[in-house]
Amino acid sequence: MENEGQEKEPEIVTEVNLKEDFQASGVADILAELDDSLIGLTPVKTRIKETASLLLVDKAREKLGLVNESPTLHMSFSGNPGTGKTTVALKMANLLFRLGYVRKGHLVTVTRDDLVGQYIGHTAPKTKEVLKKAMGGVLFIDEAYYLYRPENERDYGQEAIEILLQVMENNRDDLVVILAGYKDKMDKFFESNPGFRSRIAHHIDFPDYSNNELLEIAEVMVASMNYQFNEESKKAMAEYIKIRKKQPHFANARSIRNAIDRARLRQANRVFNSSEGPIGASFLSQIEDIDIRQSRVFSGGIDK
Amino acid sequence: MRVTQGTFSFLPDFTDQQIHEQVQYCIDNGWAVSIEYTDDPHPRNTYWEMWGHPMFDNPDAAAVVYELNECRKVYGSYYIRIIAFDSSPGWESIRLSFIVNRPSEEPGFKLSRTEVKGRNIQYSITPYSSDKPQGSRYK
Repeated sequence: MENEGQEKEPEIVTEVNLKEDFQASGVADILAELDDSLIGLTPVKTRIKETASLLLVDKAREKLGLVNESPTLHMSFSGNPGTGKTTVALKMANLLFRLGYVRKGHLVTVTRDDLVGQYIGHTAPKTKEVLKKAMGGVLFIDEAYYLYRPENERDYGQEAIEILLQVMENNRDDLVVILAGYKDKMDKFFESNPGFRSRIAHHIDFPDYSNNELLEIAEVMVASMNYQFNEESKKAMAEYIKIRKKQPHFANARSIRNAIDRARLRQANRVFNSSEGPIGASFLSQIEDIDIRQSRVFSGGIDK
Repeated sequence: MRVTQGTFSFLPDFTDQQIHEQVQYCIDNGWAVSIEYTDDPHPRNTYWEMWGHPMFDNPDAAAVVYELNECRKVYGSYYIRIIAFDSSPGWESIRLSFIVNRPSEEPGFKLSRTEVKGRNIQYSITPYSSDKPQGSRYK
């Protein structure tokens, strides 16, 4: 019964206007947003632009009857923590929606726990539930390599992988799967699961941020929370980044976010202790260098 | 004899594409969609067996069509219907219900008349298929 629905009279199209399609789809807005809202990540942005134009051209070819197979859209994002994989996945879902490759464009973020069950017979319904929730949108599997645990042969992860592969193949029009995780672990994962490798068309690497990019990110984050740096605190932040980057558990933008959160805490404390009488908005939103320099990082300790 | 109950039952059977569109309409209205099956087509048989839970949080109809096809694999010779529940009044009430799968042969109903006191007649109908035990009615 599956294909009986496509009985509509095919419209006869002999030419397409790519520029017009591009305008109409609203993809330009998303790409511009991607450029504005994400700092750095140039290779990622380039890849996404390439993918977007490929998909746009594919849609046009489909209109002209040059292709009838829908392209494989499953992707893998590899990179260190805090390099913007989830953020880009969100944008990607929106992009695919605008281009008409997914019907709803929502993003469902899951990890191993959401897919793999705890006892026999628990995994399949759990995985299917998640897949159904993601249909019409994008399923984002964070740290996907944890699905496969070769050291435990009775691990239920394999079952989840099999269902996932089956749905990725049979319901290609219904959902797009994005796998994400550290580069080396992802590579190992693909090596041991060739089924995944062949079903994923786009591999995108997320590079680490440079110090300047991280500082820029810090400024954007601070501004979005309605705070501001001055010259000294900016300098302190730059120094903080330099030191923090060499320490273990550095998670790029996420570490910066945490550092700012702690700086806000110290700022609030300082403001509360020092203020007597009425104070203005600018005083409340000013982050001084002392707020940052009090961090354990400067005294050789580690910020989590 | 073709069983006609629920919406759309006088129309030709829906394709998966058409089912998808109807279900999407339900979901877009915020209704929870459920799949049910039975092999007892008696019109007073209101409570059919549930195929899984009602799907409360699937934004796209593809999930329902996927489950429907799973249900067809097991109960392909049964009646299967799709029901949409609306919870906005404060309780779950059925907004839409339509049959999406039916046995290839529907033997119909037996009408029996019983003469009671005062030459009155009581009518009752019985599906011919329900002579057989549950589970072996349709092949």
